[in-house]
Amino acid sequence: MKLLQCPVNGIRPVSEFTYGGEYREMPDADTCSDKEWATYVHHRHGAPGLKKEWWYHGPSGTWFIAERNTLTDKVSRTYLYGQENKA
Amino acid sequence: MPLRLLKYALSREHPAPRFFRDCTEPKKTYDAVIIGGGGHGLAAAYYLAKDHGITNVAVLEKGYIGGGNTGRNTTIVRSNYLTPEGVNFYNASVKLFEDLSEELDINLFYSNRGHFTLAHTDSAMRTMRWRAEVNKHVGVESYVVGPDEISKACPQLDISCSGQAPILGALYHAPGSVARHDAVAWGYAKEADRMGVEIFQSTEVTGIDVKSGKVVGVQTSKGYISTNRVLSAVAGFTPRICEMVDVETPIVIHPLQACVTEPMKPWLDTILVSGSLHVYVSQSSRGELVMGSSLDPYEIHSTRSSLDFVEGLTSHITDMFPFLGNVKVVRQWAGMADLTPDFAPIMGKTEVEGFYIDAGWGTWGFKATPISGKTMAETIARDMAPDMIRSFRLSRFEDYELTGEKGAASVGH
Ligand SMILES: Cc1cc2nc3c(=O)[nH]c(=O)nc-3n(C[C@H](O)[C@H](O)[C@H](O)COP(=O)(O)OP(=O)(O)OC[C@H]3O[C@@H](n4cnc5c(N)ncnc54)[C@H](O)[C@@H]3O)c2cc1C
Repeated sequence: MKLLQCPVNGIRPVSEFTYGGEYREMPDADTCSDKEWATYVHHRHGAPGLKKEWWYHGPSGTWFIAERNTLTDKVSRTYLYGQENKA
Repeated sequence: MPLRLLKYALSREHPAPRFFRDCTEPKKTYDAVIIGGGGHGLAAAYYLAKDHGITNVAVLEKGYIGGGNTGRNTTIVRSNYLTPEGVNFYNASVKLFEDLSEELDINLFYSNRGHFTLAHTDSAMRTMRWRAEVNKHVGVESYVVGPDEISKACPQLDISCSGQAPILGALYHAPGSVARHDAVAWGYAKEADRMGVEIFQSTEVTGIDVKSGKVVGVQTSKGYISTNRVLSAVAGFTPRICEMVDVETPIVIHPLQACVTEPMKPWLDTILVSGSLHVYVSQSSRGELVMGSSLDPYEIHSTRSSLDFVEGLTSHITDMFPFLGNVKVVRQWAGMADLTPDFAPIMGKTEVEGFYIDAGWGTWGFKATPISGKTMAETIARDMAPDMIRSFRLSRFEDYELTGEKGAASVGH
């Protein structure tokens, strides 16, 4: 069984978690071009590598960030959004 | 045939003809280079030569031909899609498949079985009716059937699914078929080679050379090749190739797994799919049940397989067929599915001149092998995509003109 570290509840089976996709910065809708906005809405960094991702712990309703290598599936660390430096 | 075999038995020479030449050293330049020796890349090479007379073509494959998703899929061929553009496109592919064994002079074991997409809920029934109407409109034989007709076609199926998810009806699709997947790659390779296309295995593309927005060559593990037309037909590797030319796409990679049971006497004639139970199943000509499920839930660039997958799948398949409880799963594997947000492929030109893309085939691209090869060959030969694949162009995302095909995905993803 694969395990994942929830920053609030500790190590839990991965079946308790839902993947929320890569963390992405939203461009300013008022100032960005149509093309930038369309890119933000649709396009993704699909190539493998170390990524910051949203994950959700279902039983406790916790959204958090995991840094994971999408080639090896190794998670290097997890932390609550905005608490990167405390992790 | 028996005489020829006898002759081979007596000869010390290696008698069987090779399917294609053993090319090792690429030339300095080609009219077109195709990255990826899967079914799609090889079909494109074949139609470039056959339909357009372009034979100075190299197919570069980093592993062995058909070793990607082409040799990993569950081989279901169907055209019961949801959008008229999709139904038309996949129907053209089914038509090509029907004559392909003859055309390529190889037995593809193309076997017409009929295909049932089971519905266990009212909302699934509504989607089935919708698909049936679109299919009929385009001239494809699909219609909604009730539990009695399903039982008649497959008496072994427990219509109540062990009381877990009673079947209310199904979308029946007469042309639904299965085929031998690697034979498709080998057949296209053989005929493309015969017309002069060169196929290089163990040859990886490591970079694409672009000057002033135009492709001028590719770097490979066997040296530099100059060309001004490159087709990327690399399925699960598409994001890596697109990164080489800075072309952005919505494609993300999730593993898709499948497995087979030990062989049994033939008992399952049709192909069955259940979106709610996340399974699809058919019986191969060897007697194995070939089974698949939904995508792995998160992005991984890997072909690892997992116990979770077989556990989930077998629990659902035994809801449908309780008597399979003692049958063993003998093999499981995974492929890397290149997914798009609308479940339609990405085909055609890109903003880089001479860089063509055939990707976004996710869980559904085997059936499209012939037609994608044909339409991509036309795109490369004319530098213009035919109307048939207009709705699949990469720029549809920028235009917010998506081609919503998710409702026709084999299982709920
Ligand atoms: C488990 C599973 C079940 C499926 N079931 C079905 C089904 O029932 N029906 C259906 O229609 N579809 C199905 N599919 C989808 C289908 O298999 C694919 O969409 C289709 O085979 C894609 O073919 P392709 O030729 O584009 O890619 P592939 O066959 O993956 O070929 C791409 C090739 O490119 C090569 N390559 C990659 N990078 C490089 C490089 N840098 N240099 C050189 N070569 C490179 C790879 O080695 C590979 O051989 C399934 C997929 C999976 C994984």
